[in-house]
Amino acid sequence: MADFTEAIKAALLVLLIISATAAATAKKTLPAIIIFSSFSLIMAVVWALLESPDLAITEAAVGAGVSGVLFFMAYRRMGMMSGGKGDDENGKEDDDEHKG
Amino acid sequence: MSIRDKLSALLGFDIDFDAPVPPRKTETAAEQTPDEWRFSRRIMRAGGRRLGAIYKILGVICSVVLMSTLLLTVAGMPRYGVDQEYMDTVTYEYISHGMEYTGAVNIVSGIILEYRAFDTLGESFVLFCAVSCVLALLRADGADSEPERVEYRDISCDPILRRTMRAVVPIVLLYGAYVLLFGHLSPGGGFSGGAVIGAALIMIASAYGEDVSGRILTERVFKTVTTCALSFYCLGKSYTFYTGANGLHSVIGNGTPGNILSAGLIMPLNVAVGMVVACTIYGMYRMIGQRRF
Repeated sequence: MADFTEAIKAALLVLLIISATAAATAKKTLPAIIIFSSFSLIMAVVWALLESPDLAITEAAVGAGVSGVLFFMAYRRMGMMSGGKGDDENGKEDDDEHKG
Repeated sequence: MSIRDKLSALLGFDIDFDAPVPPRKTETAAEQTPDEWRFSRRIMRAGGRRLGAIYKILGVICSVVLMSTLLLTVAGMPRYGVDQEYMDTVTYEYISHGMEYTGAVNIVSGIILEYRAFDTLGESFVLFCAVSCVLALLRADGADSEPERVEYRDISCDPILRRTMRAVVPIVLLYGAYVLLFGHLSPGGGFSGGAVIGAALIMIASAYGEDVSGRILTERVFKTVTTCALSFYCLGKSYTFYTGANGLHSVIGNGTPGNILSAGLIMPLNVAVGMVVACTIYGMYRMIGQRRF
């Protein structure tokens, strides 16, 4: 059982590093936002495994939920500023999908 | 000496604010560029090259200094698990006497709202300042008081979204309230509970559209709640500090640890912090999205 938990922890930490690198190096903004949200979600699980549930609740609510929504809103506003398009080529199509 | 001359002397090259801005590659993009962007573009163009080189060198130097400082600090720290006699005194104090002094079963809440309540006050004010800046920058009023018509497909009439939200939002709100009110007994507290409630407000606003979301939290409610919560935090904490520092008897006792009404002022302070956080999150959502409440 202990080995199983350790394996899950190791896998989560590897995923954490991968998602952090991917979020920083993503070419387009929208995938970067989504990867960042998933990074926060993994981080929340890691906090819970590290026995700090306070941080896990905050990380899940703020990191994975609210900041993702705020990033999406800012992304849409960014697209509106430069004439209806984000920095992606298909920014307008993406814009429609992510409100809420 | 004008600002321009000062800037030129400081940077070592001439800044020509009056130089005509060459048109951008596409005409349509240039038309839609806000006026205030042109100013920064001129500065960028005037000294772009040299400023870029200075910026890069300074960036590298700053990063190296900061990294080496942090690494040296970490290297100078006592090793983890060794030298515990002076490492763990504060931790030991918190863990062994925390519940007795603060009355909070959740020792994290006891620390952040009792031992380090001043930090928490500062954090709340940071949030308040952030949302004030967002209000000042993004709010559409005055000359451009016409609210922007957002050109996206309105998903607020989506029946699937509405049904889902109708089922989910009460549970999320209840959970947020639980996390807030039981912050001194179980994991959670002001920040996490407030964030959950703020997320629930965002859910309602996104599912029910303009007409409902304008009524959830008007600007007046926002101002009143935020100001009252911060003032209450200041007053309540001042009282605790005053009585504690002077050894006076506090009217608000610690109660029995484990009861919902215990731990002195921790629960009301949690609620105050949570209100500020929820208002901040929802206010930022509205400001970035609709630029008005």
